[in-house]
Amino acid sequence: MSERTNERGAFANAGSEPPGEDRTREPAKAADTPPRAGTPSRGRVLAPALARVTPGRRGWIAVAALLAVACYLPFQLVPFRVFQFTMVMVYAVALLGLNLLVGHAGQISLGHGAFFAVGAYTTAIMLDRWDLPHLATLPIAAAVAFALGLAFGLPAVRLRGLYLALVTLAIAIFLVPLLKRFESVTGGSMGLTLAKPAPPAWTGLAEDQWLYFLTLAVAVLAFLLAYGLLRSRVGRALHAVRDNEAAAEVMGVRLPFYKTLAFAWSAMFAGAAGCAYTWVIGFVSPDSFVVTLSITMLAGIVIGGLGSFSGPLLGGLFVMFVPSISQDVNDAAPGVIFGLLIIVVMYVAPTGLAGLAGRVTRSTKNILRKE
Amino acid sequence: MTGFLQQVIEGLGAGAIYASLALALVLIYQFTGIVNFAQGELAMFSTYIAWQFTAAGLPFWLALALALAVSFAGGMLIERVVIRPVEGAPELTVVIVTVGLFIFVNAAAGWIWTFLIKDFPNPFPGGALEAGGLSVGYSTLGVLAVVGVVMGLLYLLFQHTKIGLGMRAVAANPASARLVGIRVGWMLALGWGLAATVGAVSGTLVAPLLFLEPNMMGGVLIYAFAAATLGGFDSPGGAVAGGLIVGVAETLAGAYVGFIGSDLKVGVPLVIILFVLLLRPQGLFGRAVVERA
Amino acid sequence: MRLSPIGCAAVTATLLLATAACGGREEAGTGATTAAGQCPGQQTTGITDTSIKLGGIYPLSGPASAYGDIPKGIKAYFDYVNAEKGGIGGRKVEFVVRDDGYQPPKAVEEARRLVEQEQVFALFQTLGTPSTTATWDYANQRKVPQIFVATGASKWGTDTAHPWTIGWQPNYVSEARVYAQYLKQERPDAKVAVLYQNDDFGKDLFGGFQRAVDGSQIKIVAEQSYEVTDPSIDPQMRNLAESGADVLLNITTPKFGSQALASDARNGAWNPLHIVNNVSSSITVLKPVGFENVQGVVSAAYYKDPNDPQWKDDPEMKLYFEKMKQYVPEADPAVPYHTFGWAVASSFHKAMEAVKCPTREGLRDAVRSLNNVEIGMLLPGVTMTTGADDGFPIESMQLMRFKGERWELFGEVIDTRKEFGPLTN
Repeated sequence: MSERTNERGAFANAGSEPPGEDRTREPAKAADTPPRAGTPSRGRVLAPALARVTPGRRGWIAVAALLAVACYLPFQLVPFRVFQFTMVMVYAVALLGLNLLVGHAGQISLGHGAFFAVGAYTTAIMLDRWDLPHLATLPIAAAVAFALGLAFGLPAVRLRGLYLALVTLAIAIFLVPLLKRFESVTGGSMGLTLAKPAPPAWTGLAEDQWLYFLTLAVAVLAFLLAYGLLRSRVGRALHAVRDNEAAAEVMGVRLPFYKTLAFAWSAMFAGAAGCAYTWVIGFVSPDSFVVTLSITMLAGIVIGGLGSFSGPLLGGLFVMFVPSISQDVNDAAPGVIFGLLIIVVMYVAPTGLAGLAGRVTRSTKNILRKE
Repeated sequence: MTGFLQQVIEGLGAGAIYASLALALVLIYQFTGIVNFAQGELAMFSTYIAWQFTAAGLPFWLALALALAVSFAGGMLIERVVIRPVEGAPELTVVIVTVGLFIFVNAAAGWIWTFLIKDFPNPFPGGALEAGGLSVGYSTLGVLAVVGVVMGLLYLLFQHTKIGLGMRAVAANPASARLVGIRVGWMLALGWGLAATVGAVSGTLVAPLLFLEPNMMGGVLIYAFAAATLGGFDSPGGAVAGGLIVGVAETLAGAYVGFIGSDLKVGVPLVIILFVLLLRPQGLFGRAVVERA
Repeated sequence: MRLSPIGCAAVTATLLLATAACGGREEAGTGATTAAGQCPGQQTTGITDTSIKLGGIYPLSGPASAYGDIPKGIKAYFDYVNAEKGGIGGRKVEFVVRDDGYQPPKAVEEARRLVEQEQVFALFQTLGTPSTTATWDYANQRKVPQIFVATGASKWGTDTAHPWTIGWQPNYVSEARVYAQYLKQERPDAKVAVLYQNDDFGKDLFGGFQRAVDGSQIKIVAEQSYEVTDPSIDPQMRNLAESGADVLLNITTPKFGSQALASDARNGAWNPLHIVNNVSSSITVLKPVGFENVQGVVSAAYYKDPNDPQWKDDPEMKLYFEKMKQYVPEADPAVPYHTFGWAVASSFHKAMEAVKCPTREGLRDAVRSLNNVEIGMLLPGVTMTTGADDGFPIESMQLMRFKGERWELFGEVIDTRKEFGPLTN
């Protein structure tokens, strides 16, 4: 697989990053790093450029370490755990898309489960009807979700905040009976059962490992794409829109265009995640994509941390592992614990787990500096 | 024609139910500026409390009154204990806290009262008013009347009381409201208490028709969202009108449009909402927000 | 850099911790054991001479939580057998229950947890057609028995590619055939209105009914579906009433079953013969509607109703009430879900006693060669039979009519296999 090249690519990006770029992205930082009230201004006085770039390098080192661990994991864990981490990555890709919309464009969607389902079903139908190779379904699923996102993004431009959220919620609700209605294509309420991608013999991998690496590749691609997207004009325009719509418009940002585009990109990521979902689970049914999935996704990204890249990963981990933990704590009513945990996390980390991690380090650093 | 009118009447009955919960949603949005996902579950929980009182042998109206009082206190308590700690956090954080509350309350109700359905006494007589070939159930009339009264009371509260004024001030600008001496914290708690009470009314109206169980309000909440979105989140009258429109449109489409049928009728309110919002992004009766950039 | 280095560090740390906590991949292989002697090479994972470990997957959270009562009945039975009978053939049963919230991906995760981490001998019950469909490929690849799944979809019996998965309760198609036959005898020119849940369960039963009445004088004059997310089925019931049908086939799950029964009772102008399917025939569904409103309703049953006074002195029912009180005191034994759990657990007991080799293969073969096995909690005359060409353990039902405060069984036990021939795809 191409993990190593991706890593190299990542470093190449980090190296070529012009220091000046950082200033334009500064507003976005507010989301995961609240104003550094307690930090002494020393760093800023000494070398502003240095202060901004150094954490970047460290960030890329962390990413490299993360990737290394990610590649090592499936050889170390039992297949069941490998499966769990595969699903974490599936959710993370979907949350990445949601993050783009909610965290970077400031629009709330409660219907991302619908785009996830569209990706999953597109893949399932491709596999079921035309026997396409698994990898070929990824771009198609992403493209279909993108197109649908574009179609829904057009009206979304006129809606804001709450109203947009509730309209997207309605889409998520409506999708379930719609999938059941067109039975000849979607398999109706019985759903479709599909073969999982078989690992090529030369890899010597087991099925769960192969699925893991496929999903990892999708995730790495998605993160790189999102990273590139946010560094581009589009990203800067989105941040401008989120932070001050009117000002952005005055400065010449074409609002409707970028808002629609944000919706479509975000739907595309959800569609790609849905595609990976179908590969991994091998079964789609309308009742797998009920409205709670959309709500769980929004909860996942808010809990993980909006506007940061670790947010989707942390959110994916939360969505995957916390329900099982809840059951271990209280067998009779797991929901009681799960609900409580969501509330508690929001108390402890109002800006999400990513923000919490940042806060903890800053205070640790402060303590260390004092000593 | 009679058949058509009958369907309209039934649609109004269903719409009144959606409207009752939509009122609670609008109320809390007015007070606190957030959408409370747990509203339906709180209503369900209140209904269980009323059921518990009747099961203990209390007469229905006393049980209802007690349940409403408990709901009011409970709503305020939730604001103080659950919402207060995240008050300054981003709006979405608060919304996700209400999602957590939703999951918690739903599971807790199942834990306490099991998931088996329970019979809830109907405060209205069983028969129907017959006139000109049409029949209107007394319970439909009762639900409509109660929703009308609650809407009227809310209107009075919003427009003609000092509390209402203070509340509107808080919703418009908390910082300024605090400066002019309004106790913002208590206003928010009051909002939660009142919304929980209105929700409890909704739950007790719904329970005799849908049967009491922990997931009773899940479906209603979705339609209540639709109603409030359609009518505008800052207008009690709009929420009721939205509820009735959604109820009638959905019923008629399910009955008369063959292609839509009973499975796709949930899409009808969606399409209506989309069209209305495209023309009026603030909902039918909502006020357009003019922002100073 | 927006990519928070600290966040990444946190993720990395979590992953590393998880790695450390979970141990090496090789461990998975060492857990699998095979038998020697009589049954060489067969899998003995999860079973020893003194213990047997089973795993079940149920919705303990989410909208289908009502079914979460089933494992309580199962636990009561196994606790009783462990404490008072020395287990099944000297083996104490350990029953691990996991929650999937009725979500297929979660069911896959839990099935893997049970098989790979808990090292269960068999998956004993996965609940719901979607969850079972999502897991049966895995169970069959791993050659783990997936026994007596709690869903009546007909594919568990007709499918030949999944020998490790088997159902238990009468399948929905057979149940539909029972109602069709009853109508053919009692109302040969009936006009039927059908209310069904728009999912695999409703479609399976409704489809079976359509095929069963095909070619007869019975006509389906109206059909209405509902989604589980619908708040109320009143609009559907109104549309059905307009058809003027004289029979109403009610294919619903409990909450909607109650609503449909109540709606039928409220409508004085329309009085069809009301047939309610087995899933919604429990007393807990009828009681909230009011017994006076459900007189004459017809359904079909295959296990004993704990609320039925005619089983008051039935030894199995007495045992059930006694042991439920003793081992699961917080659960209400009158809830039929518990009885269902008890019945399926005792069915497992019988099947396990019949195995030739105490291995996974042995269990797979045993549940596929049941011969008229009698289970105390099933209705008299209802037994479990399977064979090479028959993957359905229970295929008999008896009709019942509601009278007074309870169901009254009537007619003979109908063996659907004998009456209609074997069910094929």
